[in-house]
Amino acid sequence: MDIKKDFPLLENRKIAYLDSGATTQKPIEVINAIKEFYEKTNANPHRGAYSLSVEATEVYENTRTKIAEFINAKHREEIIFSKNATESLNLIAYSYGLENIKKDDEICISIMEHHSNLVPWQKVAKTKEAKLTYMYINNDYELSDEEIESKITDKTKIVGITHVSNVLGTINNVEKIIKYAHKKGAIVIVDASQSIPHMKIDVQELDADFLVFSGHKMLAPLGIGVLYGKKEILEKMTPFLMGGDMIEYVYEHDTTFAPLPNKFEAGTQNVEGVVGLGAAIDYIKSIGYNEIHKIENEVVSYAIDELKKLDYLDLYLTPNKENHSSVISFNIKGVHPHDVASILDSEGVCVRSRKSLCTTFNEIFRY
Amino acid sequence: MDDVEEMYNEIIMEHSMNSYNKKKLDKADFEEMGHNPNCGDEISIEVKMNGDVIEDMAFSGHGCAISQASTSVMIDTLKGKTVEEAKDIIKTFIGMIKREIKDDKELEKLDEAIAFKNVSNMPARVKCALLAWHTMEDMIKKNNK
Repeated sequence: MDIKKDFPLLENRKIAYLDSGATTQKPIEVINAIKEFYEKTNANPHRGAYSLSVEATEVYENTRTKIAEFINAKHREEIIFSKNATESLNLIAYSYGLENIKKDDEICISIMEHHSNLVPWQKVAKTKEAKLTYMYINNDYELSDEEIESKITDKTKIVGITHVSNVLGTINNVEKIIKYAHKKGAIVIVDASQSIPHMKIDVQELDADFLVFSGHKMLAPLGIGVLYGKKEILEKMTPFLMGGDMIEYVYEHDTTFAPLPNKFEAGTQNVEGVVGLGAAIDYIKSIGYNEIHKIENEVVSYAIDELKKLDYLDLYLTPNKENHSSVISFNIKGVHPHDVASILDSEGVCVRSRKSLCTTFNEIFRY
Repeated sequence: MDDVEEMYNEIIMEHSMNSYNKKKLDKADFEEMGHNPNCGDEISIEVKMNGDVIEDMAFSGHGCAISQASTSVMIDTLKGKTVEEAKDIIKTFIGMIKREIKDDKELEKLDEAIAFKNVSNMPARVKCALLAWHTMEDMIKKNNK
């Protein structure tokens, strides 16, 4: 299966693009879907009483249904469109966190969280005089059961966990974390940004309270993201952004809000992004997660075997293959990652370089 | 490959590894921190003055070869200069990296720091080369009113 030919950028540029964890390139199906939307269907959804606007609304709302089915949400209105995972997480922090966290409560996250699932919780903890606690990794670059059970306590009200680490590629045992957190009375937010491009997500099976992801890391355009939340939780939450399309009645001094999902979708939405995300999901389904997994496994295993032969290179990798996705983190001894990236770039290889995005994590993970 | 090879030239490699300017001064008059949150580079520059002349300088911190070497070379270039001269050299260096200076003659006062000229061809690395110079610019602005 020649997948590369589906990606015009990879045909147009002679590069080895190895930074899909930051953003993926887009298949022609996604690019064409956006083009077709603008050529045939563009209008403001939910607005006009004319058939074009109705069609735009259909495209928009049908994609919501498609996403609900894709992650097996129970109700389609549990899918809220956002700008990206970061905005989804901020929505949860503001609309759920600030409303529900009280003084001396604990918010527990892992040390491998992306800043987007860390900084908002610092803000909530500071504002509400709550405590932010961390689950740390062991020598295998994993979260041990003991660590999970010692950090999630009776005081924990919110647990934030990335499904797959963008730095280590470690697949976290979110099933275990969710079960344990629920036993302790906490709700769990899963950041699926790095997992949904690679593995089937079933929010009901996971029993996640919230799950977020970005479209652009799963072949969709930039600027579209998803927030999944359990209906009973979303219904109790107050809106995050105020404006058009999220209201029911507006009086001079008061407003009643629209029901889900519109309550959380103020203003004209990124319909082009939604259309692109729908096409990306179709593309992923057309290949299938089994095939994706098979191909990735071949490429990742080969890369790791070859990298292990280089004695000047340190790999940061769990030894448990079943707990590793497809991010490979390495360091060339004595050379700053930024210099390594410049030199690789001159050979047409695009890699992520930097101390990882997670500066707190870097304190532990010194290059 | 050319740009990269030229960028990692002898002067830059020499100054990025174990620079003799990477130390602590016994008694510094001024200290300024520079930070590049995008890549995590952090430096601290110390200056000892003798009247209006920069008598001694040193730096500490961590970062890529470009930022470390640029800091070290800047120290060599500015040591012994007056504050006014230093301001002019800093402005010239920044102008060179941002490709605002067309006349090569103007660059002569940069001395060894001219070795960074190729960084101007690599937009992704411009901020690495400029970190120390912006930090020094800030220090002068803050303390030279």
